[in-house]
Amino acid sequence: MIEMQNKAQTPKNQSTEKKTEKVPNIYEVDDLNLWYGNDQALYEINMDIPQYQVTAIIGPSGCGKSTFLKTLNRMVEMVPIVKTTGAIRYGDQNIYEDKYRVEDLRTKVGMVFQKPNPFPKSVYDNVAYGPRIHGIKDKKTLDQIVEKSLKGAAIWDELKDRLDENAFGLSGGQQQRVCIARALAVEPDVILMDEPTSALDPISTAKVEELIQELKKDYSIVIVTHNMQQAARISDRTAFFLNGELVEYQETDQLFQNPEDKRTEDYITGRFG
Amino acid sequence: MSRVSTTSSQTVDVRSLLENKRSKKLKMRKLENIIPYLLLLSALVSILTTAGILFTLLRETFGFFSEVSFVEFYTGTNWSPWSGEFGVLPLIGGTLLITVIATLVAVPLGLMSAIFLSEYASERVRKVIKPILEILAGIPTVVYGYFALTFITPILQAIIPGLSIFNALSGGIVVGVMIVPMVASLSEDAMNAVPNSLREGAYALGATRLEVAMKVVVPAALSGIIAAIVLAISRAIGETMIVTIAAGATPNLTMNPAESVQTMTAFIVQAATGDTTYGSIIYYSLYAVGITLFVFTMLMNLLSQYISRKFREEY
Repeated sequence: MIEMQNKAQTPKNQSTEKKTEKVPNIYEVDDLNLWYGNDQALYEINMDIPQYQVTAIIGPSGCGKSTFLKTLNRMVEMVPIVKTTGAIRYGDQNIYEDKYRVEDLRTKVGMVFQKPNPFPKSVYDNVAYGPRIHGIKDKKTLDQIVEKSLKGAAIWDELKDRLDENAFGLSGGQQQRVCIARALAVEPDVILMDEPTSALDPISTAKVEELIQELKKDYSIVIVTHNMQQAARISDRTAFFLNGELVEYQETDQLFQNPEDKRTEDYITGRFG
Repeated sequence: MSRVSTTSSQTVDVRSLLENKRSKKLKMRKLENIIPYLLLLSALVSILTTAGILFTLLRETFGFFSEVSFVEFYTGTNWSPWSGEFGVLPLIGGTLLITVIATLVAVPLGLMSAIFLSEYASERVRKVIKPILEILAGIPTVVYGYFALTFITPILQAIIPGLSIFNALSGGIVVGVMIVPMVASLSEDAMNAVPNSLREGAYALGATRLEVAMKVVVPAALSGIIAAIVLAISRAIGETMIVTIAAGATPNLTMNPAESVQTMTAFIVQAATGDTTYGSIIYYSLYAVGITLFVFTMLMNLLSQYISRKFREEY
């Protein structure tokens, strides 16, 4: 019964928020359900994601937070048995419509993964990969894009003399920022981050978090994180997922200081998860 | 420190159990000491066999070169051993011609099959198709030979008028078909070993399936793919029955695939099955040709090893 109430409350909160702050939404998720085969992983998710803000998604392992993130660029379809219902509007189009080209979506929505996954190529070729597959061949243009992207990922100074080195030889933190640069190189609107610092040491984590603050000036960021302090530090809004449901979605400060739902409170105070 | 206890009422005393087993183990230790030597012995069998083959080849080859000069053998362009002409170039040329045709057939077909299996096929389709492909590798080459002669050659003759019944093209194509599974299967293994995170990285940048396959997976698996191709070529060089049956027995220094050629292996079959007398010069020539073939395939295998080390993209 409590769940029902909360579900009804959440959208109301969002709409009042929208009016007061006038932040346009980049994504509008309507009644999203998702199944892996016969196992339902997401239940009736309704969630608006604002532009040029950092939206954090927290929740215990297996709550569907990564799955939800991957619905936003349809990477979830890499698993062939996935079925979805409902709609996710990006701009004013439903990305789950048949005619929507998934390659276009993923050009506009970049992604950074849990484990750094640079290609086994040079730093330069890693960053230039995206522009190249979209047809940019001119060396000078590519040079500029690579420099701009690496600067954007705050790693240009460290790597400007090592562009020809294999990205696999870099440290984990550097690899992850090269992956961020690779995502920036096609100038997306949104960057999805799936626990981007979980494989990094504290110093690299601090650098990536700092970078996220920089990036939100130009990009809308959705970040899944295991780490509640991280969500509290870097995000504007936070969504709490539990067992495939969106339990609570609030301004970050409010969610952490004054959660409405008992389960959110239990989770953020460390009573479970 | 917590001890693991069973859920049943009885607890297992692991320590005393292990103590009991230990006394038995001590007896085993003697055997344990002998085992490395047994294993070494089995490894030595194949090494000694290779050494033995090499020794025989070399001994008989020296016998041959005491009668025919080395230069004449490797520069002569006429191979008619029954009238005393021992220029091996036509046999090498025949072998290379067949190998080139086979490679031209096997590399595109094999690579495309591998890309399909690794990047496009669903798990279910792959589980059906890959074993079928590998069955092709189990067909006896004699069968391939008659397939070439009685099926492929008539088709080719319909397309190319005046094509002789024995020709390099038919043999080469079928040798190519024979090594397709090898190229496909080994390349697919290499591509399958490319971690999925790399594919995800590329898909997340808006790459299509083809772009992911050609610009991420194939480059990352390149060393394995090249090694597969080189190994398959080495197999084509050593292939015997198909070319003996389909390509004829005419030593012919030509690069025209429509003509009949004889490969090194086909000559060995011809001479070994004929009434060659022991100790005759033709008998010795078998070994000279054999060692030439051996050098070719060994070079290819070394090349394959070198390439797979050199181009290894680490991931």
